[in-house]
Amino acid sequence: MSGSELQLVGVSKTYPSPGWGRDEVAALTDVSLDVVRGQSLGIVGESGSGKSTLARLLLALEQPSAGRVLFRDEQISGRAERDLRLFRRSVQIVFQDPMSSLDPRMKIHDILAEPLRALGVEVDEAERVRSLLESVELPPSAAKRCAFQFSGGQRQRIAIARALGPSPSVLIADEAVSALDVSVRAQILNLLSSLVTDFDLTLVFISHDMAVIRHLCDAVAVLYRGSIVETGLTSDVFRSPREAYTQELLAAIPRIRAGRGRD
Amino acid sequence: MALLKLQSLSVAHGDLDLVSDVSFDVHAGERVGIIGESGSGKSLTALAIAGLLGEELRSRGSVHFDGEELIGASERHLSRLRGDRIAMIFQEPMTALTPTKRVGVQIGETLRIHRGVGRRASQIAAVELLGRVEFSDPQRYARMYPHELSGGQRQRVMIALAIAGDPDLILADEPTTALDVTVQRKILELLDRLVREENCALVLIAHDLAVVSTICDRVVTMYGGRVVETGSVADIIDHPRHPYTAALLATSSAIAVDVESRGTVLPSIPGSVPSAGHFPGGCPFRDRCSSATSACLEFPLMESGSHRVACWHPLDENSERGSR
Amino acid sequence: MTLLAGKVDEAQRRSAFRRWRANPSALLGTVIVGVIALTALVSLVWTPYGPLAIDTNHTLSAMSASHWLGTDEYGRDTLSRLMASCKITMYVGGLSVLFATAIGLPLGIWSAWNKGWVSQLILRAADVLYGFPALLAASLFAAAFGASTNTVVLAIGIAYIPVFVRVTRSAALVILNAEYVLAALAYGRRPFAIVRKHVLPGIGSIIVAQMSLLFSIAVLAESGLDYLGLGTAPPNSSWGTMLQSAQNYLSSDALLCLWPSLAIVLCVLGFSLLSEGVSELRDERGGR
Repeated sequence: MSGSELQLVGVSKTYPSPGWGRDEVAALTDVSLDVVRGQSLGIVGESGSGKSTLARLLLALEQPSAGRVLFRDEQISGRAERDLRLFRRSVQIVFQDPMSSLDPRMKIHDILAEPLRALGVEVDEAERVRSLLESVELPPSAAKRCAFQFSGGQRQRIAIARALGPSPSVLIADEAVSALDVSVRAQILNLLSSLVTDFDLTLVFISHDMAVIRHLCDAVAVLYRGSIVETGLTSDVFRSPREAYTQELLAAIPRIRAGRGRD
Repeated sequence: MALLKLQSLSVAHGDLDLVSDVSFDVHAGERVGIIGESGSGKSLTALAIAGLLGEELRSRGSVHFDGEELIGASERHLSRLRGDRIAMIFQEPMTALTPTKRVGVQIGETLRIHRGVGRRASQIAAVELLGRVEFSDPQRYARMYPHELSGGQRQRVMIALAIAGDPDLILADEPTTALDVTVQRKILELLDRLVREENCALVLIAHDLAVVSTICDRVVTMYGGRVVETGSVADIIDHPRHPYTAALLATSSAIAVDVESRGTVLPSIPGSVPSAGHFPGGCPFRDRCSSATSACLEFPLMESGSHRVACWHPLDENSERGSR
Repeated sequence: MTLLAGKVDEAQRRSAFRRWRANPSALLGTVIVGVIALTALVSLVWTPYGPLAIDTNHTLSAMSASHWLGTDEYGRDTLSRLMASCKITMYVGGLSVLFATAIGLPLGIWSAWNKGWVSQLILRAADVLYGFPALLAASLFAAAFGASTNTVVLAIGIAYIPVFVRVTRSAALVILNAEYVLAALAYGRRPFAIVRKHVLPGIGSIIVAQMSLLFSIAVLAESGLDYLGLGTAPPNSSWGTMLQSAQNYLSSDALLCLWPSLAIVLCVLGFSLLSEGVSELRDERGGR
């Protein structure tokens, strides 16, 4: 079963520049992207490349200045919020910072139940929260605690559980493992892989880390200064990157090697 | 003789030891990397060396720097030493730079204090230093405020400040963790080159073994506030002997850009780092370690030699890299 | 998977109370404010004498068993007048702070959410208003509407709106920039719900601390305005008017000046301590 879940068609996004000038800052220029159902798509880019803007456009949290955003072949950009119910249930996000992605004043139960309430998902709340915690390998007792009582990796699990609540078909992960230690990162990546399989998710994984994208994604799009400079299957892009920028990105990644003694 | 010699250094908060019995040497011009997960005591060790622990933490043991004991030294003396001979670079340079002063002025002040040069000369030298940390137009950047710079540029200013005092030792705490990979690479290369040119020693703290392995000579692995293994970079990445080092290495090398790992389950370390005070007694790693036995209820003594490990069940020297 | 050693619900609530008790500013502030509020309530139904009851036989009498704090030039019981003044103070302080909060809080949240030119305009207007002294505003109002307690409420209230806009805005910005707010938008929460569920609980303690601080300043301002004759008009008693009439007898009966001054100082101290305590408790929790 293929077809598009999400599509960007010639999307540009400009912001008014700070200050009184009339200039505008272009965050994205003429970006077209196809998120194919069942595929894991990696979007690689450095800070300032426009990847956060891209995530917000995919979530319909911002409107494109030009171009269209489609969800299952229907335009969602420019639509009223009340028309986006199905979309909101279907597309969910996990953010980077495990410190700021959970409201510190809320119990985990409420954090996980909020999306269900907001979207009017009719389920037994307690039961659903328990099963969500279970799917991210946290004990049911976690529901009674507050976010600050958990480590970074555990918080990221909770953020993933929250995103899974409305049973989405697309999961967008915006630098979801970048703030974590290597060992915790491996745990979260393993969890994401198995969730993608178990829940039949389409994954959009936004990261500056090529290694992680290689591990997790079928296809990759390289974002550089607001434009997509290279796309392709992950294996192809990694074997023979065409663009100089992609090559630079690949070369920059530190590898484990005895540096000084051997070079 | 070692430039820096830590002997049984401990850092305590009240009755709770956050760093216990840490000993290692750093020779002049040598680069030592400290690795371990967050909460392993790496940063506290660096802060203890620099005498920057703050009110609530107490250090014991010995920090010998160039023949001089730093623990118990006066704050006045330490602060002098920090400018002249020991420099620190932090993960987030924004907190270490004065937001209201132009970067050229900040570097100039450091030069005036620690090299005793005059006002005009210090400004010229500051611009020169900015050039050395690879600002293409140092004149222009000298007039900028920290918030006008990108993360990588701020980190280069930090490095310029660090070498301004002509130090013998640079302590760098996760200097590249918050940066993009391409910027990270440039900063590491810069640090590598400057440390060589200045002929100073480097203690580099990172949770990523890849970062440490690229520019360091030796590695110190810490867990639960203790040193569990130390050896040359080659020793550590070819023949890790502590199960924790091996696990870290296996995790790091499994998700690498030149490894096809798609569809495999990544090796990881079971469980998570406990919060301070909740490590098990004896070997702090024992409840996450697959080789643990009842012997591990007691903390193993560190061996002697150049590649040393504190473990009751060390991995065989001859076993293949990352075999567990 | 080992969870951090955490305490559950009950323990958390208990420890919140314990922290409150252990914080000297919060504790002392609460006690002082509590006593003043209680006195104001009691004065509604009972004072030793009528605060307006004139007794020409006992003018300017010293402290005694019948008049604990003495009497003033008309023989009115000082203690009774102090007590009755409490309620004016609570009325002016409370109402002006509530007024400023009621207008400043929504404006602050709105300007934090909306970065368009209207919110810029609000912020600039707040800046202009900020520079305008409350005393001057009060004299203008007094000229326009006549001196009364409500004039003072209005003057102080309006003068504090910009402070609330600023404080609310900067606190709300911190919350609105958090990723959990973006996540909430992504699961379809609308702005009102986000303000109710995330922003208000998040900025609550900052707002309470600020309200308490402004209350203490309002007490000072109110006394000052009354003292200048721009507020509460005689014969009704307030600490400011009491001080004003007592100053004529400063050389002969200094104690008459002392009592209202002491009351003002105590009240200001109480509310600033409370404000400081709330802020400290918030910091202790590390902004949780």
